[in-house]
Amino acid sequence: MFFIDPHIHMVSRTTADYEMLALSGVVAVSEPAFWAGFDRSPAGFVDYFRQLTEFEPRRAAQFGIQHYSWICLNPKEAQDLGKAREVLAEIPKFLSCPSVLGIGEIGLNKNTPNEAKVFQQHVQIAIDAASQGPSGAKHALILIHTPHLEDKLKGTRMILEMLRDFGSAIDPARVLIDHVEEHTIELVKDAGYWAGMTIYPISKATPARAVDMIEMYGPQRLCVNAAADWGISDPLNTHRTMLEAQRRGHRLPELLQVFHNNPAEFFGQNSKFAVKPIKVQPLS
Amino acid sequence: MQKSETSPGDLTATEVLDTYFLEARARLIELAATLDRIDRAAGSQAVQSDARLKFIQDSLRILQRPQPGRAKAVQELYSLK
Repeated sequence: MFFIDPHIHMVSRTTADYEMLALSGVVAVSEPAFWAGFDRSPAGFVDYFRQLTEFEPRRAAQFGIQHYSWICLNPKEAQDLGKAREVLAEIPKFLSCPSVLGIGEIGLNKNTPNEAKVFQQHVQIAIDAASQGPSGAKHALILIHTPHLEDKLKGTRMILEMLRDFGSAIDPARVLIDHVEEHTIELVKDAGYWAGMTIYPISKATPARAVDMIEMYGPQRLCVNAAADWGISDPLNTHRTMLEAQRRGHRLPELLQVFHNNPAEFFGQNSKFAVKPIKVQPLS
Repeated sequence: MQKSETSPGDLTATEVLDTYFLEARARLIELAATLDRIDRAAGSQAVQSDARLKFIQDSLRILQRPQPGRAKAVQELYSLK
């Protein structure tokens, strides 16, 4: 079984984790910019973006894993508008790095007006970074974090409303809204966006609940990740979700779709992403 | 151990709630999802009278009791007599 981990914070993980991921079939990882556990200075962000775009791809490559990243100021540090202005000014030049897929993980944390303002500014950067394709200009891919726990439902609604306000400038097929759970997945999928489910202890989904959601809402435009970071988390929770699906009788083509081909399809909208969807068939 | 037999260490009730609320929330959601899963599955009507489902429903009623001893009561509920 091959996996693409669509959301993992490898800067917080050991090199042994890269080896474990490679041993367990992970061929590529996508790492959104996030909160480091403490608030950084604007200069600290530039160093962080360099770590994401220079150091981590090299560390991953030792194990044959392709490393891609997303650049932004995370919502938890978006409360300081002065800092946000300085950090956002640095983003466009990193978007052209060979392994950067887009803007993310932007979003909301406590659903404050300042967070909303910085979210909208990020979306505008993605629109301004539009590249010409065969069917016209396409905004940069966007990866969105939805808030935790009691803030999630309201925050998801706010995010959808803000995206709607951008009108035709935003293509839902180029936006993934992450950390959906039972009360938000339908809102996201019905609006045409990609959805991400995160298997994370206590605060997010479990393997069994994630498979429930795959069954109830369909595997289309749905990705599964472990969002492993510096907290109590486990990169193999993605694999545990695959095993739970397998235990219930889901077949290999569907497993490949959710755990490899869906991320390959979403990320592949950026031509920098080199892993293609695959299928298996008998030799004879 | 010099603490009262019924006191959870040095923690106040608020601290216990702070410490265990999210874990309890996660388990409740998991249980809700499990019941939904049974309802979605083929043959769900046939298992409505299954003693294990009744055990879950009876356990939920015990959880709503206002006094301690709930864990023991749930264990006794599920024990062979």
